[in-house]
Amino acid sequence: MSQPLIEFQGVEKRFGDTVIFKDFNFSVEDGEIVSIIGPSGSGKSTLLRILMTLEGIEGGVVNVAGEPLWHKRTANGLVPADNKHLHRMRHHLGMVFQHFNLFPHMSVKRNITEAPMRVQGKTKAEAEAIADELLELVGMSDKADMYPNELSGGQKQRVGIARALAMQPSILLLDEITSALDPELVDEVLDVIRNLAKKHSFTMLLVTHEMYFAREISDRVCFFDQGAIVEEGEPEQIFTAPKETRTQAFLNAYMSQ
Amino acid sequence: MNGFDWDWQFTFEVMPTILEAAKVTLLATLLGSCLAIVVGLSFALLRRSGFFLVRSITYWIVEFVRSTPLLVQIFFLYYVMPEFGISMSPLLTGVLALGLHYGAYLSEVFRSGIDGVEKGQWEASRALNLSVFDTYKDIVLPQALRPMIPATGNYIIAMFKETPQLSAITLLEMLQVAKIIGSENFRYLEPFTLVGVLYLLFSLIAAYGIHCVERRFPKEGITLK
Repeated sequence: MSQPLIEFQGVEKRFGDTVIFKDFNFSVEDGEIVSIIGPSGSGKSTLLRILMTLEGIEGGVVNVAGEPLWHKRTANGLVPADNKHLHRMRHHLGMVFQHFNLFPHMSVKRNITEAPMRVQGKTKAEAEAIADELLELVGMSDKADMYPNELSGGQKQRVGIARALAMQPSILLLDEITSALDPELVDEVLDVIRNLAKKHSFTMLLVTHEMYFAREISDRVCFFDQGAIVEEGEPEQIFTAPKETRTQAFLNAYMSQ
Repeated sequence: MNGFDWDWQFTFEVMPTILEAAKVTLLATLLGSCLAIVVGLSFALLRRSGFFLVRSITYWIVEFVRSTPLLVQIFFLYYVMPEFGISMSPLLTGVLALGLHYGAYLSEVFRSGIDGVEKGQWEASRALNLSVFDTYKDIVLPQALRPMIPATGNYIIAMFKETPQLSAITLLEMLQVAKIIGSENFRYLEPFTLVGVLYLLFSLIAAYGIHCVERRFPKEGITLK
């Protein structure tokens, strides 16, 4: 079996005195779509944020594509990564945020072309060709010249997805991307992800509260509680026959809502 | 000299000289503002440096400049620096002192403007792998600018009103010139009143200008297509 694309080995993460992860182990295969569910405060988002290098770790190693993310290999073993290393590693990853975090002073198109131009050194024409393609993919071609405050939440999030894809990441991190949306706008965003999952061979890691969606799209579902994976398995098994009582309790509480 | 006999003829006689001096005042303010903005932005960015030493040295420089009188700084630059082989004209000294002094104040304005940009903007920039430089240039500063305008404007007007302090190093700005006219003609009422009115006029115009800039500035910041 090949090496996993993402691998957490004995990771420790604290916020002050609050321990989020302790000796945390987790891995994702290349091309796998993994949903993470669980109560808030269980460390779901922190997991994605560590991968996106928005949060550091206090112990252990995180490997991405066979290389340590937060460390650099040297003759004397692993040392904490410098900015250059993090910059290089970030090319593997793209992230879509719960609150979109679009750049409000930029047009939709500029939101998407900014990073390809600045980071990958693409010309304006090249970047705009990519943007046009992605806007079509997310069904936003007609909104290219609008500004984020002129868009609905669902439209904003579709731009957020296009923006992340413009950097051609091999791993897409989706952090509760529908949690800030009105219920009637959730589906237009999930449809985009469904399409992506079908057409492309992304590795996707999603933190979500949309249980039906997680069940439909995932290869594997992980139930998190208090910084640990309580139970993981195929979606059918997790949602129809959870083994752990904590998983059962969580899902029952969810379904009865 | 008996009180309130306003002499219009004398007023018009001295007006050109005072207006000429007003140019010096405005020039000092203009150059001082430009320098203050550059200094202020530099200090604000250094205060956010990743290096503790850089942060704390900048902090103490800003505190030092803000906690000592402008006049002391002006005297120091004009009378002490030549002992170290650096002598400058009164105007250059004035611009430097004003720029440094108000730059220290502006750095706090800029810092809070930058702090006011949502954390999510930094995170999105990082996730997109933008460099720190590009993040400031394209994402953070364009958004931070608008909230900075009113306070920056107020400081520039305050600087304008402090230019008479430069008369202490023989800069022939408005007030100094008015004083000279007064002592030569034994009439102070008209020259000083003129200077006061000119300061009022310029301040009001500047305040209105700043208000307009703020109102017309897009709420999201400098928009980029």
